[in-house]
Amino acid sequence: MKYVDEFRDPNAVHVLSREIHRITRHPWTIMEVCGGQTHSIVRYGLDRLLPPAITLIHGPGCPVCVTPIELIDAACQLASLPEVIFCSFGDMLRVPGSHEDLLRVKAQGGDIRIIYSPLDAVGIAQSNPQSQIICFAVGFETTAPAQAMAVLQARRLHLSNFSLLVAHVLVPPAMKAILSSPENRVQGFLAAGHVCSVMGYEMYEPICLRYRVPIVVTGFEPVDILEGVQLVIAQLEEGRHKVDNQYARSVHRSGNLEARKVVDEVFESASRNWRGIGEIPESGLQLRQTFAEFDALRTFQDRIHLSSPANDLESECQSGRILQGIMQPSACSAFGTRCTPDHPLGAPMVSSEGACAAYYRYRHHEVGPGEQ
Amino acid sequence: MCLAIPGQIQRIDDDALRQGTVSFAGVTKEVCLALVPEAEVGDYVIVHVGFAISKVDEQAAKESLSLIEQLSSGQINESPSS
Ligand code: SF4
Repeated sequence: MKYVDEFRDPNAVHVLSREIHRITRHPWTIMEVCGGQTHSIVRYGLDRLLPPAITLIHGPGCPVCVTPIELIDAACQLASLPEVIFCSFGDMLRVPGSHEDLLRVKAQGGDIRIIYSPLDAVGIAQSNPQSQIICFAVGFETTAPAQAMAVLQARRLHLSNFSLLVAHVLVPPAMKAILSSPENRVQGFLAAGHVCSVMGYEMYEPICLRYRVPIVVTGFEPVDILEGVQLVIAQLEEGRHKVDNQYARSVHRSGNLEARKVVDEVFESASRNWRGIGEIPESGLQLRQTFAEFDALRTFQDRIHLSSPANDLESECQSGRILQGIMQPSACSAFGTRCTPDHPLGAPMVSSEGACAAYYRYRHHEVGPGEQ
Repeated sequence: MCLAIPGQIQRIDDDALRQGTVSFAGVTKEVCLALVPEAEVGDYVIVHVGFAISKVDEQAAKESLSLIEQLSSGQINESPSS
């Protein structure tokens, strides 16, 4: 496939790996923010092509994993209402809530539909005027324009039976939270390419300056990731800290202005609770007042009981430590035994972009539970 | 769910959503192209949850690959001494 195969070329991978070995003089710890990148790294064994001095740690960039448990609970309650058709991306169905998951609600008769695009949910609203259609709006900046377009389309069609359960999260505030933590080990970042395709990378420039870390906007194929790592190491070895753009074929400095415009029209930033991590100021999106009629939590406020931000930090699942790069999945005592993709204890084992699922899928045969 | 992949535009409708057909190595999908107003039939776009979020910049892709080629040939020249 064009623009995929050439960025998986084993020769280019080899050349970049050699170049990284050549320039590395000191130990460095680099975080890839996005779960899609984590997946590529584990799948292709890219971490094993690096000098032992380089540690890659996996970041919080899986929206499925960080959606707070109280919103999963709200989703389950909404999906159980008889008049509701609940629309969601497939990954969300098996994420455990406090008592149940969406898959169980579906088995008990809840009308839950797996969608590919948020516009599919608008289509369902058009053809089912007697039902209330709720779309579970989960994702980072990459997905926000699609949800915003669905809301604008619903307004254009004068639909009064369409709303969003908004769980959107934003990347830069999470990076700042990681860098401000006393446990922080991250010295450089690979920024998530597709988030930047939408938002650009201007907003990372002040983070580089303030925390003195290099940030390299990076794509998702093996060649992209190794080139991103090489650019971060080059900066670290030279004592520089600025934003580089490895993924120029899809990312401009200001991002996609058209997409940013629709997101800004429909959403505004708000504080958000991240599962396993806690509340991060201004790290989420909510509907603007002018679009309040599309807010499922407002429309159904009398029908559901919204639990207060749940404390899931006590369970055996170490997702918070995994998502902040403090711990590797295979170091979790439940990994591969009590927690597997068939019986996940935590969201990082459910989502295809979750770090635990990636390790289970590609490395489970190598590492016994609890070993690392 | 964060997956976004490149595909080639085959058809664009003239409606508000700029719906079109995008081919991913032969598999086609209906995609909203409203967020990439500059993209035309034949262009490659990055598609995420049914929306094109950017047009692939052919020039930038070539440059990035030729950088690696230079690195590769440079290393071959260097290798006897290293
Ligand atoms: S292996 Fe399972 S229980 Fe352990 S951190 Fe990952 S998701 Fe949580």
